[in-house]
Amino acid sequence: MSSDGAPRLPARDRPWVMRTYAGHTTAKASNELYRRNLAKGQTGLSVAFDLPTQTGYDPDHELSRGEVGKVGVSISHRGDMAALMADIPLGEMNTSMTINATAAWLLALYIVTAESQGVNQDQLQGTTQNDIIKEFLARGTYAFPPGPSMRLTADTIAYTVEHVPKWNPINICSYHLQEAGATPVQEIAYSMSNAIAVLDAVRDRLASLPDGGGESAMGQVFGRVSFFVNAGLRFIEEHAKLRAMGILWEELGRERYGVTDERLLRFRYGVQVNSLGLTEVQPENNVQRIVLEALAVTLGRNARARAIQLPAWNEALGLPRPWDQQWSLRIQQVLAYETDVLDYPDIFEGSKVMDGLVAQLLDGARAEMAVVSEHGGAVAAVPYMKSGLVESNRERLRRIESGTQIVVGQNHFAETEASPLTADADGGILVVDPELEAQQIEAVQAWRADRDEAAVKQALGQLARVAADENSQENLMVPTIAAARAGATTGEWAATLRDVFGSYRGPTGVSDAAATGPAAAGPTANGEVIPGDGASADALAAELEQLREQVASLTERLGRRPKMLVGKPGLDGHSNGAEQIAVAARDCGLDVVYEGIRLTPSQIAATALQEGVHVIGLSILSGSHRELIPLVMDALRDVGVSAPVVVGGIIPERDVELLKRAGVAAVYTPKDFDITRVMREVVGLVADTIGDGPVANGNGHAHPSAVTTSPLSA
Amino acid sequence: MSVTTSPSSGRSRPTRATDGAEVGRRLREGDVSAAPATLNILESRATGDRDRAVALLHEVSPQALGHEPRGHIIGVTGPPGAGKSTLLAALVRQLRDNGYGVDLAGNASQPTRSQAVIAVDPSSRRSGGALLGDRVRIQLEQPDPNVFIRSSAAGDRHGGLARGTRTAAEALAAAFEVVILETVGVGQGETEVADVADTVVVVVQPGGGDVLQFLKSGIMEIPDILVVTKADIGPLATRTARELRAALRVLGAGHDSHDAPPSVVAVSSLQPPAGVDDLVAALGARWQALNADGGRALKARRLQTRRAGALTDFTVEHGEHGLRALGGRREVERFLAAQAPELGVAELVAKLDARMPGERSDNVLQ
Repeated sequence: MSSDGAPRLPARDRPWVMRTYAGHTTAKASNELYRRNLAKGQTGLSVAFDLPTQTGYDPDHELSRGEVGKVGVSISHRGDMAALMADIPLGEMNTSMTINATAAWLLALYIVTAESQGVNQDQLQGTTQNDIIKEFLARGTYAFPPGPSMRLTADTIAYTVEHVPKWNPINICSYHLQEAGATPVQEIAYSMSNAIAVLDAVRDRLASLPDGGGESAMGQVFGRVSFFVNAGLRFIEEHAKLRAMGILWEELGRERYGVTDERLLRFRYGVQVNSLGLTEVQPENNVQRIVLEALAVTLGRNARARAIQLPAWNEALGLPRPWDQQWSLRIQQVLAYETDVLDYPDIFEGSKVMDGLVAQLLDGARAEMAVVSEHGGAVAAVPYMKSGLVESNRERLRRIESGTQIVVGQNHFAETEASPLTADADGGILVVDPELEAQQIEAVQAWRADRDEAAVKQALGQLARVAADENSQENLMVPTIAAARAGATTGEWAATLRDVFGSYRGPTGVSDAAATGPAAAGPTANGEVIPGDGASADALAAELEQLREQVASLTERLGRRPKMLVGKPGLDGHSNGAEQIAVAARDCGLDVVYEGIRLTPSQIAATALQEGVHVIGLSILSGSHRELIPLVMDALRDVGVSAPVVVGGIIPERDVELLKRAGVAAVYTPKDFDITRVMREVVGLVADTIGDGPVANGNGHAHPSAVTTSPLSA
Repeated sequence: MSVTTSPSSGRSRPTRATDGAEVGRRLREGDVSAAPATLNILESRATGDRDRAVALLHEVSPQALGHEPRGHIIGVTGPPGAGKSTLLAALVRQLRDNGYGVDLAGNASQPTRSQAVIAVDPSSRRSGGALLGDRVRIQLEQPDPNVFIRSSAAGDRHGGLARGTRTAAEALAAAFEVVILETVGVGQGETEVADVADTVVVVVQPGGGDVLQFLKSGIMEIPDILVVTKADIGPLATRTARELRAALRVLGAGHDSHDAPPSVVAVSSLQPPAGVDDLVAALGARWQALNADGGRALKARRLQTRRAGALTDFTVEHGEHGLRALGGRREVERFLAAQAPELGVAELVAKLDARMPGERSDNVLQ
């Protein structure tokens, strides 16, 4: 309530910045899409880059195969960035870029592009996501080891605070933690711990400068740090979560960093609401899910989002089309312009329930932050946090599989009429032209042939020199911008740094996951009470026990325990599915080799051969299965491995046949997340290979409980 | 079985012993591509595979080779979280690129031609399954046909090694220049590694007081090389290394009397780990000492490990009951000590089996 007791604000609040996470294929095509979206009333841009751009490879690199232009736009050099932003006045635009490992580079390309439009960098507004810790934890598009990655982050922040003052150089992300299965407490605690690691790194960076970065530098830095959060369907608790984050943030600023200016202490966040709970079956239900999730971040004025982007109804099916994204933009517009959410002061002020919820979350988060701190802070605690996320996601999937957590249309109320929404010729999703990759390869090679090679060499040499000196007082952004100007490519910039910093593989988080039976019904760890009587949980436990028996008997027949390789080909870093399958396979009694993300087909084949596996599971969510799976099958044949292969991921129905023709034994999509049934079929495939027919194949009853993460999860 | 190159395919084949022997012959000729099939056979408990295993091992026994297998078998063990996998990754790269640093004659060494790594992870007690996660940390950027990595689950075996791991290490040593066994465990857990490795490396982290206790109590055999990881932690690591050196001085030399006192090496956990050169040099010095004087020390150690291995295998198969039937453990040890030194483990076990009262052995070696 406002101080004079009036129920309404004197003037209606301005709406939040409305964006759509968008970008695909080429810079030119994406530019057209952006300009259409802006014409529809969108007020900011949110750029989705393809995986090669995010991980620092050019389109002609081996690892880029099948990924070019898939989940976002391919940007290799300043020419691409100029085409992406053509006819968009960068001095007035607010542009958010979902870019992390290569954030410094893409920001440099943006700055150079603005220059060419005659706009000085100090006019630029927008955000680089630039949160590398959550890449190690949940999203997987890292490029360099943690130490040098943090240095790049600190340098970008230090540079922008001085030269691009209206830019948000980092978005600390709790979004991806929730997509990876985090509970609200984990989401708060891990993201705040992450923020501490970043701020400490910048503080150290500033301290190393001759003038300490200037008097109030740390306050300015603190004030430029914003968050990118998630909001799930339990929207009241989700709102409480955001209030709790605001309280913790202010506390952190005052106590740890000595910030006193109220304006700099404000918790500022943008949001993309939850995709993990969106379903493949009855996908129209996702619309109401998205609307309700949007309430979590708009209802209470004291913890309202500064910028919102909403997922599309069909993300669990494949890549959304422009029309699907327009629908999501219209949801925001109806909420902002037709309802009265923007008319009032904070409507939860004084609510005992809300205050109680906030207090509970704060207690939990503080305790968990203390554990992370004991591990030596967020960077050192990545393996701890990662296994915590894998564990939470496993609990969640188990509740859904057992039916104790209801997912409408999925594990309850599954009867449905045929959907006219997915009946279109294209199945209701976007299909990227496979020819595009070849065109992009040609384009980048033409770019390289047509530039001043000596200038590029010289600029990259400078970059390498600064990077090689760990204690350099020079900011990495300076040679990075020079390289962008000279015409270097994304792959060249990253390769230069990989040479100096070394490459890195993140922890998988699965080794430490405890082996347990199915979750029982009842209150969950965070006090959440779930409906259901527990009978189905018992049934699930019995099913699992039966499956273990089958595995034991198969072990006798094989002479050793059935061994499964779980592999993630390509650049896609969304490892939830692979992790859950790996843990589930272990829990059924299989020996499981899981090597984490970003493997080439030849690496997968070599592992399968050396490990002597009986079955191979491949997971892809980036839409590159059409190219990558046949390549893996060829590589396996080349080394003489004939183990059956199953594929899981966001695979449109019409691609299933193609994969089977390539030799894949079975395809699983989000609607198949009855993991016990999937595992029973996998075990059956192994049994089939030894000729005595399937090991008692179960009754295969329908028990769908699909939930998924999205290929577009930012 | 689904790997077509594997002769241990479950599809019935008439020539079990001959295809086991074929894999053994390939190893003997230095064909490292026989490694996957070797493990598929030796890890298996299926009846047909046991015949194959015996035939395979026969081909690579010292008797068949005419000398000790030439590979250096290195056992790496230590408590979970001590940084074994990170260390191994650096070790494998270093050996591949530069070898031991100096060769037996004191000249700059050649890169190690071929390496096999067998990483053993514990199995879940509840489900029997296992998540084999070490490979991800050891793996090279590009697959290298001369670096073989195999993950194994310990299964229900105690002692830190999976079934068949020990025999596999011995067999692979016929073809690979270096064979590394990585196991989880410390104290009693590492004993089986000591029964196969030419060189035992125990990895501990700073403040790992347990290791000191195990050493003092005699539960843990004295390793040949002790590595203190996370040396970047500083004073704590320095102190741990100092305490270990002091304890080792008190306790005396390594586990063979021919040996030099154990080395203590400090390695940092930061990427790339510093101190790996020292570890590689210590491994090189140890290997040089074992091979000096016509390989006398190596022969003695291998003889000891084969006899210990035969005793372990026999006991796993027949239990204490079997030992009693042959007159007790001491009697069995005496019997093994009296056998020809060039017999492999499989042959020694076959000899013990043959003496079991009332058991008709259909062993191909009989």
